[in-house]
Amino acid sequence: MYYHSDQLVREITVKAQAFRIQVLKMIYHAQSGHLGGAFSAAEILAALYFHHLQVDPANPDWPDRDRLLFSKGHACAMLYTALAYRGFFPVEELLTFRQFNSRLQGHPDRIKTPGVEMCAGPLGHGIAVGVGMALAQKMKGIKPSSGSAPSARASAGRVYIVLGDGEINAGVIWEGALAAAKYRLGNLTAILDYNGIQQTGATADVLPTEPIADKWEAFGWHVQEIHGHNVGEILNALDRADEVHARPSMIIARTTKGKGVSFMEYDHRWHGMIPNQEQYEKALAELEEGLKKWQN
Amino acid sequence: MAELVLMRKAYGEALVKLGQANPDVVVLSADVSNSDFSFMFQEAFPDRFFNVGIAEQSLVDVAAGLAYSGKIPFANTFAFLFATRALEMIRTHLCYGEANVKLMATYAGISDSFDGPTHHAITDIAILRSLPNMTVVVPGDTVAVAKLLPQVAEWKGPVYFRINRNEVPVLFDDTYQPVIGKAVRLRSGKDVTILCCGLMVSRSLEAAQKLAEQGIQAGVTEIHTIKPLDEQAILQAAQETGALVTAEEHSILGGLGGAVAEVVCDRCPVPLKRVGLADRFAETGPYATLLDLYGMAVEDIVKAAQKAVEQKERLAQKERLAQKERLAQKEKLAQKNEL
Repeated sequence: MYYHSDQLVREITVKAQAFRIQVLKMIYHAQSGHLGGAFSAAEILAALYFHHLQVDPANPDWPDRDRLLFSKGHACAMLYTALAYRGFFPVEELLTFRQFNSRLQGHPDRIKTPGVEMCAGPLGHGIAVGVGMALAQKMKGIKPSSGSAPSARASAGRVYIVLGDGEINAGVIWEGALAAAKYRLGNLTAILDYNGIQQTGATADVLPTEPIADKWEAFGWHVQEIHGHNVGEILNALDRADEVHARPSMIIARTTKGKGVSFMEYDHRWHGMIPNQEQYEKALAELEEGLKKWQN
Repeated sequence: MAELVLMRKAYGEALVKLGQANPDVVVLSADVSNSDFSFMFQEAFPDRFFNVGIAEQSLVDVAAGLAYSGKIPFANTFAFLFATRALEMIRTHLCYGEANVKLMATYAGISDSFDGPTHHAITDIAILRSLPNMTVVVPGDTVAVAKLLPQVAEWKGPVYFRINRNEVPVLFDDTYQPVIGKAVRLRSGKDVTILCCGLMVSRSLEAAQKLAEQGIQAGVTEIHTIKPLDEQAILQAAQETGALVTAEEHSILGGLGGAVAEVVCDRCPVPLKRVGLADRFAETGPYATLLDLYGMAVEDIVKAAQKAVEQKERLAQKERLAQKERLAQKEKLAQKNEL
């Protein structure tokens, strides 16, 4: 049972699929980038930017905004797409991705790109940086700053972090996780894009992290497990996480690497591989097919 | 003998004053607050103090998050841990991401002498100063700590502030007015200039005294800011005295000596001798003993100055001979032409 209307869920799902098409075009155009992990995060980012996050594209530095830290920085083609469609910069700019003299760097740059909250690429930073932001928000007290807030919410902005599953191999993730629990950061939510595959193979083979939910619970986090391509589940989980007090929240989103393109799904080689023309056309056709399915 | 005062205690006091003056100042620690005296801030402002545990990478990242949200975080841990364990965090968020975090690098140099080489920081200046957007400040005594710390808080961007563990001689009084990025001329001398920082300022002044007794007039200029470097002051010293010595509690590779060499080689080549730790690890032992044994004795500065002056004189003589020869050849040529 979803709290959100079927129409909303459908709209966001359509957006996510459209984002995949955009990302495919960007990476093919640049002949450089990371498709697999971008595709797995499509619904998560679409749900965040097109429903859940309280941000103001006209005023990206609004002090009481929600902050999204895209910690799996290599998949930033999807982040840039979500930001552009949300209005942070022109959609036409997306095709400058990874080109010389572009605001869209190979990995996220918080100085160059409006809406990007953290430099990322070296993995593992999201939680600890998010802890700092969540602490700062907590220190403000519960009221939004004067004259701001299109928000009815009675607190300053919250912090959201999108993590990759390979990324949580990094020790600093767990250092940050302990700090988040220590400081009872109920205003911090992490979403783990658990697609099960990292650069050279399955996460289960490279560095096993299961039982993953138990780990986060043991670290003092509120944990939910969801289907990470089901927008209704994503929206519900984000709402529930917001209601958790005095504990950071982890949403383990079970996803598929390369989601939406049959020959890319579950294949670690598509972490950073660039399709040739034939593969590009096939992938595009499949994604457009998927889009039509949701639009009807 | 100058009065000895604990540098980290002066730091703790300065930090509390900063907390009173600026509500945006917050302090973070990797569980060494009783070592670095940031516990004084914790006692005064418990709600603005965060101990993230023995987790230096998290320390820097959490501080970056606070800075991105408008706070002015002062992160505290041992110098070597910032420079080596947490370096990627510093590079990515403080330097590239422009997080306004102040790194309070305590137990710097070999001042944590009895804990041994695992705890010595002998490469931190070289490492930190190589990062774009980083500022590196090395206070010379407790007065310098008190006077520079408020400037560190006001400074735009990340700062690496190097604090000695021990009692250090009080060099300065209230007339000392250091400004980040500006060298301080402490003593004038026409033969050679000693450029120095940190604890080595007091040793350089002693060395200058000894050199004066031998008839060598050595100037002493404090370079408390290694980056941005006061290039004008260094070039002026090179031009005025024609010979330079650097003295630092750091490896002779890449620190103050390296920074000065880069400027001088580029724009005003003169003899330059670097005093510091040779390219090796020290060992456990009493602080003063280690300084003396590992190349940072007053006598090492004296010898370096003598060598620099000798080299300058040799070069001058060589130049005189070369000039003489050029003149002789010119005359020969002239005679030939007359014939």
